[in-house]
Amino acid sequence: MLFGIEWDTSSDLAFAISILPILLRGMIVTIQATFLGFFVALVLGLIFAALKAAPLKIISWPAGVLTEFIRDTPLLIQLFFLYYVLPEYGLVLPAFLTGALALGLQYSAYTAEVYRAGIEAIAKGQHEAARALNFTSLRTFTHVVLPQAVPRIIPAMGNYLVSIMKDVPVLSVVTVLEMLNVAQIVGDRTFNYLIPLSMVGGLYMIMTLVASGGVRWLDQTLPKRGLSLK
Amino acid sequence: MSDTIIKFDQVVKRFGALTVLDHLDFNVQRGEKVTIIGPSGSGKSTVLRILMTLESISEGIVSVDGEPLWHEERNGRLVNASEAHLRKMRVQLGMVFQQFNLFPHMSVRRNITEGPVKVLGMSRQDARERAEELLEMVGLANQADKYPHQLSGGQQQRVGIARALAMRPKVMLFDEPTSALDPELVGEVLNVIGALAEEHDLTMLLVTHEMRFAREVSDRVCFFDKGKIKEQGTPDELFTDPKEERTREFLKAVLEG
Amino acid sequence: MHWTEYLNPLMQGAWLTVQLTLYSTILGAVLAFAAGIGKTSHNRIVKAIAVTYIEVFRGTSLLVQLFWLYFALPILGQTVGLDLRLPPVVAGVLALALNIGAYGAEVVRGAIQAVSKDQYEAAKALNFTRRQTLWSVALPQAIPEMMPSFGNLAVQNLKDTALVSLISLGDLAFRAEQLRNFTQDSTTIYTMVLFMYFGMALVVTALMKTLERYVGRWRSARG
Repeated sequence: MLFGIEWDTSSDLAFAISILPILLRGMIVTIQATFLGFFVALVLGLIFAALKAAPLKIISWPAGVLTEFIRDTPLLIQLFFLYYVLPEYGLVLPAFLTGALALGLQYSAYTAEVYRAGIEAIAKGQHEAARALNFTSLRTFTHVVLPQAVPRIIPAMGNYLVSIMKDVPVLSVVTVLEMLNVAQIVGDRTFNYLIPLSMVGGLYMIMTLVASGGVRWLDQTLPKRGLSLK
Repeated sequence: MSDTIIKFDQVVKRFGALTVLDHLDFNVQRGEKVTIIGPSGSGKSTVLRILMTLESISEGIVSVDGEPLWHEERNGRLVNASEAHLRKMRVQLGMVFQQFNLFPHMSVRRNITEGPVKVLGMSRQDARERAEELLEMVGLANQADKYPHQLSGGQQQRVGIARALAMRPKVMLFDEPTSALDPELVGEVLNVIGALAEEHDLTMLLVTHEMRFAREVSDRVCFFDKGKIKEQGTPDELFTDPKEERTREFLKAVLEG
Repeated sequence: MHWTEYLNPLMQGAWLTVQLTLYSTILGAVLAFAAGIGKTSHNRIVKAIAVTYIEVFRGTSLLVQLFWLYFALPILGQTVGLDLRLPPVVAGVLALALNIGAYGAEVVRGAIQAVSKDQYEAAKALNFTRRQTLWSVALPQAIPEMMPSFGNLAVQNLKDTALVSLISLGDLAFRAEQLRNFTQDSTTIYTMVLFMYFGMALVVTALMKTLERYVGRWRSARG
């Protein structure tokens, strides 16, 4: 029994059907962690991208090294670091939040790169054109660069959303009850790992297919030449 | 004695709704040097690409040395050619491309020896000797160890010619071999092709915009328009006294252009 | 405990991490080429196998794959009467290689398909077979194009090896967790471990850059 739901071990099929609602509970946590982690990655990444683009070397260089460091070290270790080290400094967070934070931190290094590439691709020529039109820098950024960068950025970000989803099972090590952890507990208690773990695989296939489909749909729907200004 | 090596019999080639070759009849005799001229989109390159089996045909029969190229006989019927049949037929043809299409990761020597060794089963030693001869012939004797990107366009195209010749084809196809070259490099490539034209048994099919050169080397010039041969004849006939209005217009445009 | 006392056990773990990375990257590369080439095959069965492999391993999570191989596969083996219990190191290398191989396969396929049509036509004009075209024309040009992505995947693989600690393999992540349990000195231990992974990632990146220059040396010939 898990989450108050009993399983039925009379046959493989009955077992699979009976644990499906349990796994779906885990899936909800997986999805929540994915979106929270993604949100953190989007925000942190934007901050890193801005710092890396700073005109002062004393800001841009450490920001570059830090993102490289984050990108080159395992999510698992970053997660343990946050989970065990933050409380030593008085910051005690629920495991779920720590996990989402770790996901966001790891992927901020990747999203920072997406922001940079997306903006840089457009900035050069457009900046000059905007300067000729005598726009201010801020106006150039909000009215010229961003509307064109966003459609380029979204598909790449979407792919990282899918990657984050596939990394959520790592959070099981700090007791987050996401889908894999739930399946593992069912396995531990029934000595049947094959069915729950295979089901998790199948459910993951469905989730990634749906998510990738959504990303592709966005990519095709978004105007290639930029969003229109009202 | 009529010794036809290439025969297009009512050949049609369509790309979607576009008809590139329209019931084309076209023959080439063994050893003949034929130049194909015509406006772009007239189907002249398509003729070469069909012969090199880079493009299939929609209708009709193409024969090379008496045997259908895009068909083979099975149980007394002509069916579409298998890859094995195409491979057998391709041995007789060699092609020089507009963009040279050398293998960028191979040295000049390797570009020339790779085919003979891998496809013809020649020994490396023999293939290298043959490559040296060919490079000598195209005036690049000292360039064997270089990579294509280290050569000028004219030199690359001469390697392209040597590479095609290394396979000892009966028919050489030249698809606008000088169109991608800077004007000052055209001459060195035309000289090599001109020298090749002296060879008696080699059949040559040349698509080009170099009218003066066409006049010098060809036995026959064919003017293509809208997927058909509009007019053909000896270079003297066609260039000095074209019969058709379209031919006159075209020649006037090219020679003045 | 002084931090220098952590070095010895951590280095032992790092050595296993290095080995796991090496073996799984090499096996992963083999799988990547097999599946990437398989996906471009004209043979429908070969293509279907390659596509299925790629989709399954890209579509699910590495940790799910690792646990499935380690916990579920033996049970599947039981039901069909085979002993499919894998030693942790085998399950670890296999899961890492299968996972990274699926991502690498897409890199291989993309690079092969990016070789220009002109090159395939030149190969055809010289009467190369499909196989000869692949091996002597397409792959030598495609491989240098794959290298930057392969470099990223190799670093990804190094990071992913940390997950094998969860099936009790004594890699760097495992040793760190052991030490933390024993000493409770989380800050020092995890800082050291992060830097050790970072150092190894820099080495992997440098090695892949060297390899990239080597496989693409024809591109930089001068004179």
